[in-house]
Amino acid sequence: MSRLAKWPPRYWLVVLVVLIFFGLPTQVTSFQSLEWAEVLIFAIVILGLNLLVGYSGQISLGHGAFMAIGAYTTAILVHRYNLNYLATIPIAGLLTGLVGFLLGIPALRLSPLYLALATFALAVITPSLIKRPVGLTQGTDGIEILPQQPPDWASSAFTSVTGGPPMSSDQWLYYVVFFIAVILFWIAWNIVRRRPGRALMAIRDGEVAAAAFGVNIAGYKTLAFGLSAFYAGVAGSLYALATGFVHPDEFPVSLSLGLLVGAVIGGLGSIPGPLLGGIFTFWLPILSGQFVGGQSWIPDQVAAVFKNAGPAVTYGALLILIMIFAPNGVVGLILSAYGRLRSRLRGAGERTTGQLPPDPQTV
Amino acid sequence: MTEFAQQVISGLASGGIYASLALALVLIYNAMGLVNFAQGEMAMLATFLAYTLIGRGMSYWIALPITIVVAFAGGLLIQRVIIRPVERAPVLTLVIVTLGLATLVNGLAGFLYGYIPRDFPSPFSVRTIDILGAAASYRDLGVIAVSAVVLVLIYLLLQRTTIGLAMRAAAHHPEASRLLGVRVSWMLALGWGLASAAGAVSGIMVAPILLLEPNMMQSVIIYAFAAAVLGGIESPLGAVIGGLIVGVTVNLAGAYVPGVGGDLQLAVAFLIIIAVLVVRPNGLLGRRAARRA
Repeated sequence: MSRLAKWPPRYWLVVLVVLIFFGLPTQVTSFQSLEWAEVLIFAIVILGLNLLVGYSGQISLGHGAFMAIGAYTTAILVHRYNLNYLATIPIAGLLTGLVGFLLGIPALRLSPLYLALATFALAVITPSLIKRPVGLTQGTDGIEILPQQPPDWASSAFTSVTGGPPMSSDQWLYYVVFFIAVILFWIAWNIVRRRPGRALMAIRDGEVAAAAFGVNIAGYKTLAFGLSAFYAGVAGSLYALATGFVHPDEFPVSLSLGLLVGAVIGGLGSIPGPLLGGIFTFWLPILSGQFVGGQSWIPDQVAAVFKNAGPAVTYGALLILIMIFAPNGVVGLILSAYGRLRSRLRGAGERTTGQLPPDPQTV
Repeated sequence: MTEFAQQVISGLASGGIYASLALALVLIYNAMGLVNFAQGEMAMLATFLAYTLIGRGMSYWIALPITIVVAFAGGLLIQRVIIRPVERAPVLTLVIVTLGLATLVNGLAGFLYGYIPRDFPSPFSVRTIDILGAAASYRDLGVIAVSAVVLVLIYLLLQRTTIGLAMRAAAHHPEASRLLGVRVSWMLALGWGLASAAGAVSGIMVAPILLLEPNMMQSVIIYAFAAAVLGGIESPLGAVIGGLIVGVTVNLAGAYVPGVGGDLQLAVAFLIIIAVLVVRPNGLLGRRAARRA
């Protein structure tokens, strides 16, 4: 118990957040559980993107493509080969991770700018690439996955807590996503605060200096790519299970950009940031659309246009404003506010937090 | 053979459009070492302006210069307001800001004009004339001519005027230029304005072919990326050559390679980008970048 007493407050915050997400499906409807499952899925892929962009300093504008690989792996394995859906999740993750690792090798030779360019082009052509091998992906028809029924032990445990109707397939899926998200966040947190994380940040902040200290630049950079793709693949696989349907047009370039927005808004180079980013990326289009649609003074036609254009305008404006005024995102803002408050209370600033990683990388 | 020549001519016409946009990318790259992901969207918005002007009954040949001037001012303004605060930021920050700009402009156009594709007038008829046995449409020839005029004008501005000299100096040696009294920051803004104007021309040229809608430039910008990378991203002449090569290659691949057609032509552009970056990262005319190590 004495170890627990020494826990810093942020550990308790983590426990609180995990408990809230654990209990969420007992408090909301089945459909809302599914929505929050998608929030967590976005959080997973944004976490992976953050490992790449925020920690290793490489940029990818093509993470929607990695998600597509994961989603289609699961869809094809479940639909055509009747594989257990739970088994397809690690397969999708590992396959996507392998693709990411292989893409990371040519990426080594590219400056950040060219890497951005190449991955952006990849994101743009992804839907067309998926549509072509019709025998494999069923082209524009998409692939349907039947909902997964919860096992009996989970269902009865859920009913004994809520006392209500039995667990729905959506609620079960939420818990699958929840446990995978917890594990992946735990892994990411351990990676970034140990040797690999320090190596990645050293590379990001000064490649030459890192190499001089014996960091294996090529190894860690490709590792970051593979790991990031693994996260995206797992998220894509879960996304396919959650929506029950995969289609080429579900992976447009705007998906990749939305993920980047999530990573930037939550805070690059932070582990809790992606959770905030996931919440933001998922809810912004829905809530803004609902808000405008609910206002009676706004004509229906304007509301319909806003539903399409509104998120883009908000995303774009937020990206610019955050990069100019708060390059560390929401988490950075909170940390610097907290740091300022604490130094005010204790009289002196013991340490500075929320600093933008000094990135001297030039083209 | 005639069909082949026809494909080449229409490829050159698309290539001219890609070249204008690629040149815009190169101008900004030279000014601040940045690829402007919003270049296509800015061009699209300018094209909507031209559409509105023409819709109000203005003649095409008056609407065109007005649009170019407004696009120039718009580019200048964007540099001053949005880019300048992050001018010295890491390249990652700059890329994200221009992506934000692209998303913002795209959404803005959708907000103002909706997502229904519109016919955009072309001053050139689609009738064809006979050139060396190939039937070339007036529209293709007109596009080639307009693109050529724009490219020559920009070349003359950069190479034959004092302000062009100052712009090049500011891009290559900002510190030394500042000491010599060049207003470096304004030269960067000028570069943005010029790029925006060149992009606007490409948008207006491509709109009659692709139909005008907010996502019109999404494929064109990929071809322009390919053109700029192929030509060497810092070389204006390379952008023009790259644009023409990409235009012709993509057109020929679409016509003669089985399975490549329609949206998969974009994949050809992607392959060009990857191949150039792996085999010859500096492009055809780019100088080998000295790398600090």
